[in-house]
Amino acid sequence: MIITKQKEIKKILDLVGNGPVFIVGCSECATLCNTGGEKEVKEMKNILEEKKIDVSGFVILDPACHFLNDKRILKNYKNEIENAKKILVLACGNGVQTVAELVQDTDVVSGTDALFLGEIKRLGDFERRCNLCGECIIDLYDGLCPISRCPKSMLNGPCGGSMNGKCEISDDLDCVWDLIFKRLKADNSLHKLKDLVEPKDWSKSTEMGRRV
Amino acid sequence: MTYESNLQRVLSEKKFAVTAEIGPPKGCNQEKIRKKAELLKGYADAFNITDNQTAVVRLSSMGGCFILLDMGLEPIMQMGCRDRNRIALQSDLLGAVSVGVRNILFMTGDHQSFGNHPGAKGVYDLDSIQLIKIVKDMRDLGVFQSGDKILSGIPDVFIGGTANPFADPLDFRVDRIEKKIIAGADFIQTQSVYNLDKFNQWMDEVCARGLDKKAFILAGVTPLKSVKMADRMKFHVPGVDIPDEIYKRIINASDPKYEGYNISLELIDEIKKIRGVGGIHITALFWEDIIPKLVKEAGFYPRP
Repeated sequence: MIITKQKEIKKILDLVGNGPVFIVGCSECATLCNTGGEKEVKEMKNILEEKKIDVSGFVILDPACHFLNDKRILKNYKNEIENAKKILVLACGNGVQTVAELVQDTDVVSGTDALFLGEIKRLGDFERRCNLCGECIIDLYDGLCPISRCPKSMLNGPCGGSMNGKCEISDDLDCVWDLIFKRLKADNSLHKLKDLVEPKDWSKSTEMGRRV
Repeated sequence: MTYESNLQRVLSEKKFAVTAEIGPPKGCNQEKIRKKAELLKGYADAFNITDNQTAVVRLSSMGGCFILLDMGLEPIMQMGCRDRNRIALQSDLLGAVSVGVRNILFMTGDHQSFGNHPGAKGVYDLDSIQLIKIVKDMRDLGVFQSGDKILSGIPDVFIGGTANPFADPLDFRVDRIEKKIIAGADFIQTQSVYNLDKFNQWMDEVCARGLDKKAFILAGVTPLKSVKMADRMKFHVPGVDIPDEIYKRIINASDPKYEGYNISLELIDEIKKIRGVGGIHITALFWEDIIPKLVKEAGFYPRP
Protein backbone atom coordinates (compact mmCIF):
# COMPACT_ATOMS: atom_id res chain seq x y z
CA MET A 1 0.00 0.00 0.00
CA ILE A 2 0.94 3.66 -0.19
CA ILE A 3 2.55 4.58 3.11
CA THR A 4 1.88 8.13 4.27
CA LYS A 5 2.70 10.18 7.33
CA GLN A 6 0.81 13.19 8.56
CA LYS A 7 2.55 16.52 8.27
CA GLU A 8 3.28 18.31 11.52
CA ILE A 9 0.27 20.19 12.84
CA LYS A 10 2.15 23.49 12.60
CA LYS A 11 2.68 22.90 8.88
CA ILE A 12 -0.98 21.91 8.39
CA LEU A 13 -2.12 25.09 10.17
CA ASP A 14 0.10 27.11 7.82
CA LEU A 15 -1.45 25.39 4.84
CA VAL A 16 -5.11 25.84 5.82
CA GLY A 17 -4.80 29.45 6.98
CA ASN A 18 -7.96 30.81 8.60
CA GLY A 19 -10.27 28.30 6.98
CA PRO A 20 -13.01 27.35 6.71
CA VAL A 21 -11.72 23.87 5.92
CA PHE A 22 -13.36 20.84 4.37
CA ILE A 23 -11.47 17.67 5.29
CA VAL A 24 -11.13 14.66 3.03
CA GLY A 25 -9.89 11.26 4.20
CA CYS A 26 -9.44 7.92 2.49
CA SER A 27 -10.85 4.52 3.42
CA GLU A 28 -7.89 2.55 2.17
CA CYS A 29 -4.15 3.15 2.66
CA ALA A 30 -4.44 6.33 4.75
CA THR A 31 -6.89 4.53 7.06
CA LEU A 32 -4.48 1.62 7.53
CA CYS A 33 -1.57 4.02 8.07
CA ASN A 34 -3.63 5.94 10.66
CA THR A 35 -3.06 9.15 8.77
CA GLY A 36 -6.40 9.84 7.05
CA GLY A 37 -9.08 7.39 8.14
CA GLU A 38 -12.31 8.41 9.86
CA LYS A 39 -10.62 8.52 13.25
CA GLU A 40 -7.81 10.81 12.09
CA VAL A 41 -10.15 13.04 10.08
CA LYS A 42 -12.32 13.58 13.17
CA GLU A 43 -9.23 14.24 15.27
CA MET A 44 -8.08 16.78 12.70
CA LYS A 45 -11.52 18.44 12.81
CA ASN A 46 -11.20 18.79 16.60
CA ILE A 47 -7.67 20.17 16.37
CA LEU A 48 -8.69 22.80 13.81
CA GLU A 49 -11.79 23.79 15.77
CA GLU A 50 -9.74 24.16 18.94
CA LYS A 51 -7.61 26.61 16.96
CA LYS A 52 -10.83 28.48 16.07
CA ILE A 53 -10.68 27.38 12.46
CA ASP A 54 -14.12 26.49 11.07
CA VAL A 55 -14.59 23.07 9.57
CA SER A 56 -17.41 23.09 7.03
CA GLY A 57 -17.56 19.32 6.85
CA PHE A 58 -15.63 16.16 6.12
CA VAL A 59 -15.83 12.99 4.08
CA ILE A 60 -13.98 9.69 3.86
CA LEU A 61 -13.62 8.77 0.20
CA ASP A 62 -13.74 5.11 -0.68
CA PRO A 63 -10.94 5.24 -1.84
CA ALA A 64 -9.64 8.73 -2.65
CA CYS A 65 -7.87 7.57 -5.80
CA HIS A 66 -11.10 6.49 -7.54
CA PHE A 67 -12.09 9.40 -9.80
CA LEU A 68 -15.68 8.44 -10.68
CA ASN A 69 -16.47 7.26 -7.19
CA ASP A 70 -15.11 10.50 -5.70
CA LYS A 71 -17.15 12.53 -8.18
CA ARG A 72 -20.33 10.76 -7.06
CA ILE A 73 -19.57 11.06 -3.34
CA LEU A 74 -18.40 14.69 -3.41
CA LYS A 75 -21.67 15.75 -5.09
CA ASN A 76 -23.36 15.14 -1.74
CA TYR A 77 -21.02 17.65 -0.09
CA LYS A 78 -21.50 20.49 -2.58
CA ASN A 79 -22.51 23.06 0.06
CA GLU A 80 -19.80 22.12 2.56
CA ILE A 81 -17.19 22.39 -0.17
CA GLU A 82 -18.53 25.72 -1.40
CA ASN A 83 -18.39 27.06 2.15
CA ALA A 84 -14.72 26.09 2.50
CA LYS A 85 -11.66 28.11 1.52
CA LYS A 86 -9.33 25.13 1.79
CA ILE A 87 -9.82 21.43 1.16
CA LEU A 88 -7.45 19.50 3.41
CA VAL A 89 -6.80 16.01 2.01
CA LEU A 90 -5.41 13.32 4.29
CA ALA A 91 -4.47 10.73 1.66
CA CYS A 92 -1.61 9.95 -0.69
CA GLY A 93 -0.50 12.26 -3.50
CA ASN A 94 -2.88 10.47 -5.82
CA GLY A 95 -5.85 11.13 -3.55
CA VAL A 96 -4.92 14.81 -3.29
CA GLN A 97 -4.78 15.17 -7.06
CA THR A 98 -8.01 13.31 -7.72
CA VAL A 99 -9.78 15.67 -5.31
CA ALA A 100 -8.03 18.69 -6.87
CA GLU A 101 -9.27 17.64 -10.30
CA LEU A 102 -12.84 17.40 -9.03
CA VAL A 103 -12.82 20.58 -6.95
CA GLN A 104 -11.62 23.27 -9.29
CA ASP A 105 -12.63 26.44 -7.42
CA THR A 106 -11.14 25.82 -3.96
CA ASP A 107 -7.52 25.40 -2.87
CA VAL A 108 -6.67 21.77 -2.24
CA VAL A 109 -3.82 21.14 0.21
CA SER A 110 -2.16 17.93 1.34
CA GLY A 111 -1.99 17.19 5.06
CA THR A 112 0.18 14.12 4.52
CA ASP A 113 3.49 13.20 2.93
CA ALA A 114 3.41 10.07 0.78
CA LEU A 115 6.53 8.02 1.49
CA PHE A 116 6.60 4.78 -0.45
CA LEU A 117 4.85 1.65 -1.54
CA GLY A 118 5.38 -0.67 1.34
CA GLU A 119 4.25 -3.16 3.86
CA ILE A 120 2.79 -2.79 7.34
CA LYS A 121 5.03 -4.77 9.65
CA ARG A 122 2.97 -3.88 12.69
CA LEU A 123 1.05 -0.82 13.84
CA GLY A 124 3.00 2.27 12.83
CA ASP A 125 5.93 0.26 11.44
CA PHE A 126 6.25 0.31 7.65
CA GLU A 127 8.88 -0.91 5.22
CA ARG A 128 9.43 0.01 1.60
CA ARG A 129 8.82 -2.89 -0.74
CA CYS A 130 8.34 -1.69 -4.32
CA ASN A 131 9.61 1.14 -6.54
CA LEU A 132 7.04 0.53 -9.29
CA CYS A 133 9.89 0.09 -11.75
CA GLY A 134 7.69 -1.32 -14.48
CA GLU A 135 9.44 -4.67 -14.95
CA CYS A 136 9.57 -6.97 -11.96
CA ILE A 137 12.77 -8.98 -11.51
CA ILE A 138 12.15 -10.25 -7.99
CA ASP A 139 12.31 -13.82 -9.33
CA LEU A 140 16.08 -13.36 -9.66
CA TYR A 141 16.37 -12.70 -5.94
CA ASP A 142 14.14 -15.35 -4.41
CA GLY A 143 11.33 -12.98 -3.50
CA LEU A 144 13.34 -10.00 -2.27
CA CYS A 145 13.61 -6.74 -4.23
CA PRO A 146 16.99 -4.96 -4.21
CA ILE A 147 15.64 -2.08 -6.32
CA SER A 148 13.29 -0.89 -3.61
CA ARG A 149 15.15 -2.18 -0.58
CA CYS A 150 18.80 -1.34 -1.36
CA PRO A 151 19.38 2.43 -1.20
CA LYS A 152 21.75 2.04 -4.16
CA SER A 153 19.42 -0.36 -6.03
CA MET A 154 22.34 -2.72 -6.57
CA LEU A 155 21.46 -5.64 -8.81
CA ASN A 156 24.70 -7.65 -8.73
CA GLY A 157 25.48 -8.04 -5.06
CA PRO A 158 26.02 -5.98 -1.93
CA CYS A 159 28.19 -2.88 -1.81
CA GLY A 160 31.13 -2.68 0.57
CA GLY A 161 29.07 -1.12 3.33
CA SER A 162 27.04 -4.12 4.45
CA MET A 163 27.90 -4.96 8.07
CA ASN A 164 26.29 -7.45 10.44
CA GLY A 165 23.23 -7.66 8.23
CA LYS A 166 22.64 -3.93 8.32
CA CYS A 167 22.82 -1.28 5.60
CA GLU A 168 25.61 1.28 5.82
CA ILE A 169 23.16 4.15 5.77
CA SER A 170 21.18 3.12 8.85
CA ASP A 171 21.22 0.49 11.58
CA ASP A 172 17.44 0.46 11.27
CA LEU A 173 17.64 -0.89 7.76
CA ASP A 174 18.35 -4.53 7.02
CA CYS A 175 20.80 -4.99 4.15
CA VAL A 176 18.55 -6.65 1.60
CA TRP A 177 21.60 -8.26 0.00
CA ASP A 178 22.41 -9.94 3.28
CA LEU A 179 18.86 -11.31 3.30
CA ILE A 180 19.07 -12.40 -0.35
CA PHE A 181 22.39 -14.12 0.25
CA LYS A 182 21.21 -15.99 3.34
CA ARG A 183 17.96 -17.05 1.74
CA LEU A 184 19.61 -18.37 -1.41
CA LYS A 185 22.31 -20.07 0.64
CA ALA A 186 19.71 -21.86 2.73
CA ASP A 187 18.03 -23.02 -0.50
CA ASN A 188 21.36 -24.15 -1.95
CA SER A 189 20.69 -21.72 -4.78
CA LEU A 190 23.64 -19.33 -4.58
CA HIS A 191 24.42 -20.11 -8.24
CA LYS A 192 21.52 -17.79 -9.07
CA LEU A 193 23.75 -14.85 -8.14
CA LYS A 194 26.56 -15.81 -10.53
CA ASP A 195 24.98 -14.38 -13.67
CA LEU A 196 25.50 -10.73 -14.40
CA VAL A 197 22.22 -8.86 -14.18
CA GLU A 198 22.17 -6.43 -17.10
CA PRO A 199 21.44 -2.71 -16.67
CA LYS A 200 17.77 -2.22 -16.06
CA ASP A 201 15.48 -0.81 -18.73
CA TRP A 202 14.04 2.09 -16.80
CA SER A 203 11.88 3.06 -19.78
CA LYS A 204 9.45 0.39 -18.57
CA SER A 205 8.76 2.50 -15.52
CA THR A 206 5.91 4.92 -15.18
CA GLU A 207 8.44 7.74 -14.73
CA MET A 208 8.24 7.96 -18.49
CA GLY A 209 4.60 9.03 -18.22
CA ARG A 210 3.04 5.76 -19.29
CA ARG A 211 -0.70 5.44 -18.96
CA VAL A 212 -2.38 2.06 -18.78
CA MET B 1 54.96 -5.19 -25.75
CA THR B 2 53.96 -1.57 -25.47
CA TYR B 3 51.34 -0.42 -23.05
CA GLU B 4 49.15 2.65 -23.16
CA SER B 5 49.06 2.60 -19.37
CA ASN B 6 52.16 2.66 -17.17
CA LEU B 7 50.25 0.92 -14.40
CA GLN B 8 49.31 -1.86 -16.79
CA ARG B 9 52.96 -2.17 -17.86
CA VAL B 10 54.26 -2.44 -14.29
CA LEU B 11 51.65 -5.01 -13.33
CA SER B 12 52.03 -7.02 -16.53
CA GLU B 13 55.80 -7.16 -16.04
CA LYS B 14 55.08 -8.73 -12.63
CA LYS B 15 56.65 -5.86 -10.75
CA PHE B 16 55.03 -5.01 -7.44
CA ALA B 17 52.90 -1.96 -8.22
CA VAL B 18 52.28 1.10 -6.09
CA THR B 19 49.34 3.43 -6.60
CA ALA B 20 48.51 6.40 -4.41
CA GLU B 21 45.43 8.47 -3.87
CA ILE B 22 45.26 12.23 -4.22
CA GLY B 23 42.22 13.85 -2.67
CA PRO B 24 41.07 16.83 -4.72
CA PRO B 25 40.25 20.15 -3.00
CA LYS B 26 36.89 21.66 -2.08
CA GLY B 27 37.37 24.36 -4.65
CA CYS B 28 38.88 24.99 -8.06
CA ASN B 29 42.41 25.90 -6.97
CA GLN B 30 44.52 23.52 -9.06
CA GLU B 31 47.63 24.42 -7.07
CA LYS B 32 46.30 22.16 -4.29
CA ILE B 33 46.55 19.19 -6.62
CA ARG B 34 49.81 20.32 -8.24
CA LYS B 35 51.49 20.63 -4.84
CA LYS B 36 50.48 17.15 -3.73
CA ALA B 37 51.35 15.68 -7.12
CA GLU B 38 54.77 17.35 -7.17
CA LEU B 39 55.51 15.79 -3.79
CA LEU B 40 54.43 12.31 -4.91
CA LYS B 41 55.92 12.31 -8.39
CA GLY B 42 58.03 9.19 -8.87
CA TYR B 43 56.75 7.44 -5.75
CA ALA B 44 53.85 5.60 -7.39
CA ASP B 45 53.07 4.16 -10.81
CA ALA B 46 49.72 5.89 -11.07
CA PHE B 47 47.62 8.21 -8.95
CA ASN B 48 43.93 7.95 -8.12
CA ILE B 49 41.89 11.11 -8.05
CA THR B 50 38.71 10.44 -6.11
CA ASP B 51 35.21 11.12 -7.41
CA ASN B 52 33.38 13.12 -4.73
CA GLN B 53 34.26 10.50 -2.14
CA THR B 54 31.94 10.22 0.85
CA ALA B 55 29.53 12.27 -1.26
CA VAL B 56 31.28 15.55 -0.45
CA VAL B 57 31.54 17.93 -3.41
CA ARG B 58 35.12 18.43 -4.54
CA LEU B 59 36.98 19.24 -7.74
CA SER B 60 36.04 16.48 -10.18
CA SER B 61 38.14 13.40 -10.74
CA MET B 62 38.28 14.19 -14.46
CA GLY B 63 39.54 17.73 -13.85
CA GLY B 64 42.16 16.43 -11.41
CA CYS B 65 43.28 13.79 -13.90
CA PHE B 66 43.82 16.44 -16.57
CA ILE B 67 46.05 18.37 -14.16
CA LEU B 68 48.11 15.23 -13.49
CA LEU B 69 48.44 14.53 -17.22
CA ASP B 70 49.62 18.07 -17.73
CA MET B 71 52.31 17.44 -15.10
CA GLY B 72 53.39 14.16 -16.68
CA LEU B 73 51.92 11.92 -13.96
CA GLU B 74 49.72 8.98 -14.79
CA PRO B 75 46.21 9.29 -13.36
CA ILE B 76 43.62 6.71 -12.37
CA MET B 77 40.29 8.41 -12.86
CA GLN B 78 37.48 7.28 -10.57
CA MET B 79 33.88 7.03 -11.72
CA GLY B 80 30.99 6.30 -9.40
CA CYS B 81 27.39 5.44 -10.24
CA ARG B 82 25.83 7.73 -7.63
CA ASP B 83 25.91 10.99 -9.56
CA ARG B 84 25.67 10.04 -13.24
CA ASN B 85 23.47 7.90 -15.44
CA ARG B 86 24.72 5.68 -18.26
CA ILE B 87 24.62 8.57 -20.75
CA ALA B 88 26.84 10.83 -18.64
CA LEU B 89 29.19 8.01 -17.60
CA GLN B 90 29.87 6.86 -21.16
CA SER B 91 30.24 10.43 -22.37
CA ASP B 92 32.62 11.45 -19.56
CA LEU B 93 34.66 8.34 -20.19
CA LEU B 94 35.09 9.24 -23.86
CA GLY B 95 36.03 12.79 -22.91
CA ALA B 96 38.62 11.64 -20.39
CA VAL B 97 40.18 9.06 -22.69
CA SER B 98 40.33 11.61 -25.52
CA VAL B 99 42.64 13.74 -23.39
CA GLY B 100 44.85 10.82 -22.32
CA VAL B 101 43.31 9.12 -19.27
CA ARG B 102 43.98 5.38 -19.54
CA ASN B 103 43.21 3.91 -16.12
CA ILE B 104 39.69 4.22 -14.77
CA LEU B 105 38.41 2.79 -11.50
CA PHE B 106 34.67 2.12 -11.41
CA MET B 107 32.61 1.93 -8.27
CA THR B 108 29.02 2.27 -7.14
CA GLY B 109 29.95 5.07 -4.73
CA ASP B 110 29.25 6.14 -1.17
CA HIS B 111 25.60 6.89 -0.53
CA GLN B 112 24.66 10.57 -0.77
CA SER B 113 23.30 10.56 2.79
CA PHE B 114 26.90 10.52 4.10
CA GLY B 115 27.99 13.71 2.41
CA ASN B 116 27.47 17.44 2.57
CA HIS B 117 24.42 17.37 0.26
CA PRO B 118 22.25 14.72 1.90
CA GLY B 119 19.20 16.11 0.09
CA ALA B 120 20.65 15.14 -3.29
CA LYS B 121 18.86 12.58 -5.44
CA GLY B 122 21.10 9.55 -5.98
CA VAL B 123 21.17 8.30 -9.55
CA TYR B 124 22.21 4.63 -9.34
CA ASP B 125 21.09 3.96 -12.89
CA LEU B 126 23.81 1.28 -12.94
CA ASP B 127 25.81 -0.61 -10.38
CA SER B 128 29.60 -0.88 -10.58
CA ILE B 129 29.57 -4.34 -12.16
CA GLN B 130 27.19 -3.27 -14.90
CA LEU B 131 29.33 -0.19 -15.55
CA ILE B 132 32.48 -2.31 -15.81
CA LYS B 133 30.77 -4.58 -18.34
CA ILE B 134 29.63 -1.57 -20.38
CA VAL B 135 33.18 -0.19 -20.52
CA LYS B 136 34.59 -3.57 -21.48
CA ASP B 137 32.07 -3.77 -24.33
CA MET B 138 32.95 -0.23 -25.41
CA ARG B 139 36.62 -1.18 -25.51
CA ASP B 140 36.46 -4.74 -26.85
CA LEU B 141 33.35 -4.67 -29.02
CA GLY B 142 33.22 -0.99 -29.91
CA VAL B 143 29.62 -0.56 -28.80
CA PHE B 144 27.75 1.66 -26.38
CA GLN B 145 25.42 0.16 -23.77
CA SER B 146 22.52 0.63 -26.19
CA GLY B 147 24.26 -1.53 -28.78
CA ASP B 148 25.00 1.46 -31.03
CA LYS B 149 28.44 1.36 -32.63
CA ILE B 150 31.13 3.75 -31.43
CA LEU B 151 31.89 5.67 -34.60
CA SER B 152 35.11 7.49 -34.00
CA GLY B 153 37.68 6.32 -31.49
CA ILE B 154 37.32 3.17 -29.39
CA PRO B 155 38.36 3.98 -25.79
CA ASP B 156 41.34 1.90 -24.68
CA VAL B 157 40.78 1.71 -20.95
CA PHE B 158 42.63 -0.27 -18.28
CA ILE B 159 39.56 -1.17 -16.24
CA GLY B 160 39.64 -1.04 -12.46
CA GLY B 161 37.21 -2.22 -9.82
CA THR B 162 37.06 -2.05 -6.05
CA ALA B 163 36.67 -4.84 -3.54
CA ASN B 164 35.96 -4.95 0.16
CA PRO B 165 37.18 -8.26 1.60
CA PHE B 166 35.94 -7.27 5.07
CA ALA B 167 32.29 -6.43 4.51
CA ASP B 168 29.35 -8.76 5.01
CA PRO B 169 28.08 -11.15 3.88
CA LEU B 170 31.66 -12.36 4.09
CA ASP B 171 30.97 -15.59 2.20
CA PHE B 172 29.88 -13.58 -0.83
CA ARG B 173 32.95 -11.36 -1.10
CA VAL B 174 34.97 -13.56 -3.44
CA ASP B 175 31.89 -14.26 -5.57
CA ARG B 176 31.48 -10.55 -5.96
CA ILE B 177 35.05 -9.86 -7.10
CA GLU B 178 34.79 -12.85 -9.43
CA LYS B 179 31.70 -11.30 -10.95
CA LYS B 180 33.54 -8.01 -11.33
CA ILE B 181 36.49 -9.68 -13.04
CA ILE B 182 34.22 -11.65 -15.39
CA ALA B 183 32.43 -8.37 -16.17
CA GLY B 184 35.78 -6.92 -17.26
CA ALA B 185 37.91 -5.60 -14.38
CA ASP B 186 41.62 -5.74 -15.22
CA PHE B 187 42.77 -4.58 -11.81
CA ILE B 188 41.23 -4.40 -8.35
CA GLN B 189 41.98 -1.93 -5.57
CA THR B 190 40.81 -3.19 -2.19
CA GLN B 191 39.47 -1.49 0.89
CA SER B 192 42.27 -0.60 3.35
CA VAL B 193 43.72 -3.71 4.91
CA TYR B 194 44.18 -3.84 8.68
CA ASN B 195 42.77 -7.28 9.38
CA LEU B 196 45.39 -9.55 7.85
CA ASP B 197 43.64 -12.77 8.86
CA LYS B 198 40.52 -11.86 6.94
CA PHE B 199 42.53 -10.53 4.03
CA ASN B 200 44.59 -13.72 3.84
CA GLN B 201 41.46 -15.85 3.86
CA TRP B 202 39.98 -13.76 1.07
CA MET B 203 43.18 -13.89 -1.00
CA ASP B 204 43.43 -17.66 -0.53
CA GLU B 205 40.01 -18.08 -2.06
CA VAL B 206 40.81 -15.49 -4.78
CA CYS B 207 43.89 -17.52 -5.73
CA ALA B 208 42.09 -20.86 -5.41
CA ARG B 209 39.69 -19.66 -8.08
CA GLY B 210 42.57 -18.37 -10.22
CA LEU B 211 41.28 -14.81 -10.07
CA ASP B 212 44.74 -13.41 -9.33
CA LYS B 213 45.70 -14.64 -12.81
CA LYS B 214 42.78 -12.88 -14.45
CA ALA B 215 43.13 -9.50 -12.76
CA PHE B 216 45.77 -7.68 -10.73
CA ILE B 217 44.97 -7.25 -7.05
CA LEU B 218 46.24 -4.14 -5.26
CA ALA B 219 45.80 -4.17 -1.50
CA GLY B 220 44.67 -0.96 0.18
CA VAL B 221 46.94 0.66 2.77
CA THR B 222 45.86 3.63 4.86
CA PRO B 223 48.19 4.92 7.59
CA LEU B 224 46.29 5.96 10.70
CA LYS B 225 47.33 9.47 11.55
CA SER B 226 45.75 9.99 14.95
CA VAL B 227 43.53 8.54 17.65
CA LYS B 228 40.67 10.54 16.18
CA MET B 229 41.18 8.98 12.79
CA ALA B 230 41.47 5.48 14.25
CA ASP B 231 38.19 6.08 16.10
CA ARG B 232 36.45 7.31 13.01
CA MET B 233 37.74 4.49 10.81
CA LYS B 234 36.99 1.79 13.37
CA PHE B 235 33.55 2.92 14.43
CA HIS B 236 32.07 5.19 11.78
CA VAL B 237 33.37 4.40 8.31
CA PRO B 238 31.25 1.64 6.76
CA GLY B 239 33.17 -1.40 5.60
CA VAL B 240 36.45 -0.72 7.42
CA ASP B 241 37.72 -3.43 9.75
CA ILE B 242 40.39 -2.38 12.28
CA PRO B 243 41.18 -5.21 14.69
CA ASP B 244 41.25 -4.30 18.39
CA GLU B 245 44.96 -5.09 18.55
CA ILE B 246 45.84 -2.38 16.02
CA TYR B 247 43.32 0.03 17.47
CA LYS B 248 44.82 -0.39 20.95
CA ARG B 249 48.33 0.21 19.64
CA ILE B 250 47.18 3.59 18.30
CA ILE B 251 45.21 4.74 21.31
CA ASN B 252 47.91 3.65 23.77
CA ALA B 253 50.82 5.11 21.80
CA SER B 254 52.72 8.12 23.11
CA ASP B 255 53.03 9.24 19.49
CA PRO B 256 49.99 7.88 17.60
CA LYS B 257 51.17 9.33 14.30
CA TYR B 258 54.50 7.50 14.53
CA GLU B 259 52.76 4.31 15.62
CA GLY B 260 50.27 4.59 12.75
CA TYR B 261 53.11 4.92 10.30
CA ASN B 262 54.91 1.90 11.74
CA ILE B 263 51.76 -0.20 11.62
CA SER B 264 51.43 0.65 7.92
CA LEU B 265 55.02 -0.40 7.26
CA GLU B 266 54.42 -3.69 9.07
CA LEU B 267 51.20 -4.29 7.17
CA ILE B 268 52.92 -3.62 3.83
CA ASP B 269 55.65 -6.04 4.82
CA GLU B 270 53.07 -8.77 5.38
CA ILE B 271 50.93 -7.87 2.38
CA LYS B 272 53.79 -8.12 -0.10
CA LYS B 273 54.39 -11.72 0.97
CA ILE B 274 50.80 -12.74 0.28
CA ARG B 275 50.42 -14.87 -2.83
CA GLY B 276 48.43 -13.22 -5.58
CA VAL B 277 48.87 -9.62 -4.44
CA GLY B 278 50.20 -7.54 -7.32
CA GLY B 279 50.72 -4.27 -5.52
CA ILE B 280 49.50 -1.81 -2.95
CA HIS B 281 47.21 1.16 -3.16
CA ILE B 282 48.06 3.86 -0.61
CA THR B 283 45.33 6.15 0.61
CA ALA B 284 46.87 8.57 3.09
CA LEU B 285 43.86 10.70 3.97
CA PHE B 286 45.01 14.30 4.58
CA TRP B 287 48.51 12.88 5.02
CA GLU B 288 49.74 12.52 1.46
CA ASP B 289 53.19 13.88 2.37
CA ILE B 290 53.95 10.68 4.28
CA ILE B 291 53.76 8.60 1.09
CA PRO B 292 57.35 9.18 -0.20
CA LYS B 293 58.83 8.05 3.13
CA LEU B 294 56.51 5.06 3.31
CA VAL B 295 57.29 3.95 -0.24
CA LYS B 296 61.04 4.36 0.34
CA GLU B 297 61.15 2.53 3.66
CA ALA B 298 58.94 -0.24 2.32
CA GLY B 299 61.58 -0.78 -0.34
CA PHE B 300 59.53 0.27 -3.34
CA TYR B 301 61.64 3.20 -4.48
CA PRO B 302 62.62 3.97 -7.20
CA ARG B 303 59.61 2.88 -9.22
CA PRO B 304 60.23 0.69 -12.28
